Amino acid sequence: MPQLNMVQAINLALREEMERDDRVVLLGEDVGKDGGVFRVTEGLFDRFGAERLIDTPLSESAIVGAAVGMAVYGLLPVAEIQFMGFVYSAFDQIFAHAARLRSRSRSRFTVPLVVRAPYGGGIKAPELHEESTEAFFCHMPGVKVVIPSGPYVAKGLLVSAIRDPDPVIFLEPTRLYRLIKEEVPEGEYAVPLGKARIVREGSKVTVVAWGSMLERVMKAVEGYDAEVIDPLTLSPFDWETLLASVRETGRLVIVHEAQFTGGFGAEIAATVAQEAILYLRAPVVRVASPDVHVPLAKLVEHYLPSVERIRGTVDEVMKY
Amino acid sequence: MDSKLRAILPDQELLKLYQQMVLSREFEESCAEQYTKGHITGFLHLYSGQEAVAVGATAGLHKDDYILSAYREHAQAIVRGADPKRVMAELFGKATGICKGKGGSMHLFDPGLSFMGGYAIVGGQFPIAVGLAFAAKYRKEDRISACFFGDGAVNQGTFHEGLNWARLWNLPVLFVCENNFYGIGTEVHRSSALADIHKRACGYDIPAVRIDGMDVMAVYEAVKWGVDWVRENSRPYLIEAMTYRFRGHSMADPGKYRSAAEVELWKARDPIVGFAKRLADERIATGEQLEVIREKAAAIVQEAVKFAEESPWPEDDEVYKDIYV
Repeated sequence: MPQLNMVQAINLALREEMERDDRVVLLGEDVGKDGGVFRVTEGLFDRFGAERLIDTPLSESAIVGAAVGMAVYGLLPVAEIQFMGFVYSAFDQIFAHAARLRSRSRSRFTVPLVVRAPYGGGIKAPELHEESTEAFFCHMPGVKVVIPSGPYVAKGLLVSAIRDPDPVIFLEPTRLYRLIKEEVPEGEYAVPLGKARIVREGSKVTVVAWGSMLERVMKAVEGYDAEVIDPLTLSPFDWETLLASVRETGRLVIVHEAQFTGGFGAEIAATVAQEAILYLRAPVVRVASPDVHVPLAKLVEHYLPSVERIRGTVDEVMKY
Repeated sequence: MDSKLRAILPDQELLKLYQQMVLSREFEESCAEQYTKGHITGFLHLYSGQEAVAVGATAGLHKDDYILSAYREHAQAIVRGADPKRVMAELFGKATGICKGKGGSMHLFDPGLSFMGGYAIVGGQFPIAVGLAFAAKYRKEDRISACFFGDGAVNQGTFHEGLNWARLWNLPVLFVCENNFYGIGTEVHRSSALADIHKRACGYDIPAVRIDGMDVMAVYEAVKWGVDWVRENSRPYLIEAMTYRFRGHSMADPGKYRSAAEVELWKARDPIVGFAKRLADERIATGEQLEVIREKAAAIVQEAVKFAEESPWPEDDEVYKDIYV
């Protein structure tokens, strides 16, 4: 079985889905002839041509808006936003239209659209090129939010996202693009949306983390009897898996690289408080980035939750 | 022989334009080296090849006129007067940087020089330039906004919204398109239905001109004329400068989308080489004198690198500053 990094795994998912179904089209800035700034769509232009690998102008609003139109007509567009920090001018098309057309049409049609975007910090570029504002999208009814944490799940989740009848925001942690290699099978397999994955079993503390934080969490919990949960899909969230784990361990640490205030960790903490407070042996604690814009270069290492910070927090919660 | 150049500017000013172009080139080529060494991280977009635009245009603007640019803006900042040492330190992410080492390559800013920023979001600067011009007019100050942008930016809604507002309210904005033919790897005619960007201004009743952006004097004269016209009429004007970047979009760009022959063709029109030849031909400076200018520029850049290397990193505490938390 081939060892692939996340860029290759996503490329493979796109290629196989395009081969399987000619309704799948890709559009975005430099995705075609150039192969994408992170080389995710490399080789697809030669294979599928300009009709299905659509190089767009720098018009994020039109990229998403046009993809909504394609999706409503029955195509399966995969739109790429070059960096998550560029998505804001497309916000209106996502929030005001993509998210609502199923409801607005009273389910006479859905919007089977995927918006892919590289996201997250740790590539030593500041702010707009390192955004992790996934919580914005989790706040939107009508869209799903998926964040893979490695090559294998990235491929399987993207396949599910493409086949899903509703709009999916698919956020690819840039720091992981080439960091991890895994066995990724060719051919069909799907990782279901809305289903969390227990990455490591344990009984004394639950740690939930997604995207590039998972890799740090796995290092941080070494030596602890910790259960690690990777939600994979933030919206809709797999509460069942998380609550079952927390009821067992009685402790919860939430780790995300997004800023603290209003981050998705707040939603998790609130729901756990509501559904499982009597099981808790320690306060639910969030490890997140501070409420500032992502800084440059060296400071970003102070900004992002580090292995040490995560371990320190797990330790405090264990000793509580 | 009469000097055509001297009819436009005195010797000293002509040589200053040359010095600024050379300094910009030396600075950018040094950045490439520092990026390769890992001293500059993230995304680095170099200006080599486009120097005539920043240099000619800045010379045509008044000192207090606002400048806004995109993310390929090191030269814009330096030519406007930013200290190369502090710009280099900024790119390194050092505490002595022009933005305390927190903004980096794409977000240079110096309000003291009326340099109102590099913008990493393509097209982000249009409405802000319009707002600055509005405020200047409102305060009855003799100031215009010069808004630089690339050919890729004209397909953002903000371009159209900005041009419309500027003309609707007759605001003093000089729009300068640096058309280098590529938005990253996509040619202008593959992303724009009307690739003659100056013609788009017609849709907003804004007069516009296309000029040779590889010729610093052509840029200077066009911008100077445009600046006077904008001031006199308090109305927007648009200049499309045809130029070329000698390097990739960023240092991460393998640049497979352009042929070597095309790149060579444009390198043969190097704005610095071309201007040096004219200066020599018109006996404004000898080749040796120009070489001395280049050597001095190289020394300034070397000093900037040394300054950046030796500067301290920002304290971790700096993360929490310059924002309310």
